[in-house]
Amino acid sequence: MKRDVFKFFLFAVLILAAPLAFKGGYLMNVLVFVGINTMLAVALNLLLGYAGQISLGHAGFFGIGAYLSGILTATYGWNPWLAMPLAALAVGILAGLIGFPILKLKGHYLAMATLGLGIIIYIVFNETVDLTGGPSGFSGIPNLTVGSFVFNSDVRNYYLAWTFALGVVLFAVNLANSRVGRALRAVHDSEVAARVMGVNARLLKVQVFALSAVISSLAGSLYAHTMTFVSPASFGFNFSVELLTMVVIGGLGSVYGSFLGAALLTLLPELLRGAQDYDIIVYGGLLMIMVMFMPGGLVRGIPDFFRRMARMREGAGNA
Amino acid sequence: MKVREFLCKKRKPMQLEQILQYSFSGLSTGAIYALIGIGFSIIFNATGIINFAQGEFVMLGGMLTLFFLEALKLPLWAAIPCAVVVSALIGVLFERLAIRPLRQPTPINLVIVTIAGSILIRGLTMLLWGKDTHAIPPFSGDEPISVAGATILPQHLWILAITLLIIAVNKFFFYHTISGKAMRACSYNRRAAGLVGIDVRRMVFFSFVISSVLGALAGIIVAPLTMTAYDVGVMLGLKGFCAAIIGGMSSGIATVVGGLILGVLESLGAGLISSGYKDAIAFIILLLILFIRPQGLFGKAESERV
Repeated sequence: MKRDVFKFFLFAVLILAAPLAFKGGYLMNVLVFVGINTMLAVALNLLLGYAGQISLGHAGFFGIGAYLSGILTATYGWNPWLAMPLAALAVGILAGLIGFPILKLKGHYLAMATLGLGIIIYIVFNETVDLTGGPSGFSGIPNLTVGSFVFNSDVRNYYLAWTFALGVVLFAVNLANSRVGRALRAVHDSEVAARVMGVNARLLKVQVFALSAVISSLAGSLYAHTMTFVSPASFGFNFSVELLTMVVIGGLGSVYGSFLGAALLTLLPELLRGAQDYDIIVYGGLLMIMVMFMPGGLVRGIPDFFRRMARMREGAGNA
Repeated sequence: MKVREFLCKKRKPMQLEQILQYSFSGLSTGAIYALIGIGFSIIFNATGIINFAQGEFVMLGGMLTLFFLEALKLPLWAAIPCAVVVSALIGVLFERLAIRPLRQPTPINLVIVTIAGSILIRGLTMLLWGKDTHAIPPFSGDEPISVAGATILPQHLWILAITLLIIAVNKFFFYHTISGKAMRACSYNRRAAGLVGIDVRRMVFFSFVISSVLGALAGIIVAPLTMTAYDVGVMLGLKGFCAAIIGGMSSGIATVVGGLILGVLESLGAGLISSGYKDAIAFIILLLILFIRPQGLFGKAESERV
């Protein structure tokens, strides 16, 4: 437990000190998205890594959060701090309602059903043109403010996004060590065994699904207010796959792994600039290589790799 | 450009003719969904895997035919078998390189690996042939035929005829040949099939060959109507899956009926309600079936399936 506190403390210090090292500049903007994507990856990891339930529709929840925040503030003039929890609540209720029938499904069926759900949400974003502006997007979303302080620069948005992201990370780490976290892992390993031990597996799965959707919605609201513009293209199937890639690359069930995956996949397109259209091939390749050769993700795969290397060196030394 | 005119025909107030018209075009797209759906079912029944890359073979069918037609200047009758053979090879490679070596073949890992495979196939196609949309010439002209007040294109008839033929061959294979019967045995119980001496791995191999061939054929016969591009596989694949779900993952007539129902509903919905929500119709049906009758529209309840 003490070790976890120390780990989180170290992580938080590193994150909060990062802007000092980069001194603003374009990279700051990318690091804001690392924060938002970390929230999303951790949210999906709660579902996929802890509870063992796949979702290919999380980009949809992220999008609903972003659009609800955007529409309520820009079209109806709501206070963003009021719109954000309301959007999260709405997404939570939606996920809770749909969670009961959808989480009865398992494995491939669950994947297809959540994928279908995500695509339906995506189509609604595109077709309700009066509300969302359709495929050309929705602009004029205000920045968040506290009193007269406006979150309108990259550094300010960095601290805003990471305050939320650190909160989510802390929450997820705590959850893993709680009774609920143990129950989730039990459901992951064997749902039948978990139920025999008195875990209400069905309710628990729906709760985690809704929780994960709520965090995604919060990330969506932050995204809308920092970007001030949203369009359906950011919330399609490809983004759901990207989120999945982040979680798998980082390591299923590891919170800091999700951060690693989010950071890697958010920074990667910046490194691959010029190869713009082809980044999707890199995702596909990474995803395949990870599942085939490092099914535990980077957080488990890298130590394993070094251990094996060390053993091989020892073996060579003896020979 | 008769096809274009035909497809963009002006909307008239709802009439019987119009419903007939939508049903005709719905039946032909439904036939395509059925072929793709059967591809899904065959792999699922042999291996328990839902191949998320199934749609990419549909795309490959169209794009490879185009490649053989234009780059190698082959005639259509020669380009089609070449495209089918290459698609089958890619299907085999996919099974050998990605699925078989998987260390932990849990359902989640299989989902991820097949998604990754579909992204790679799509991405490499884009890398090789670009992002443009291409047209393939129809098999026999594009002079519309008038039937009971509605017009259909010769390609629609080709689609229906070829689908019927494929279904007949499929049926013959699964019920009257030793390999087909062995594959059915695998789908009932893989372990027991192995115990009576069936080479299960070989059946898995066969299932990938057959389903890539079916996918490619579907892609080839639909390409003259809908055009083809590197990214057409995603939607077609998902709708094929929807057909298979309606049919209860059967590799026979139930999935065909599922595909036809889906095609007609979608076409009627697009014509009579809203064309923007056309794709949503398929997914709403998919979710409803999964929620209410996960064993398929015609299947008996089975606890293992969900």
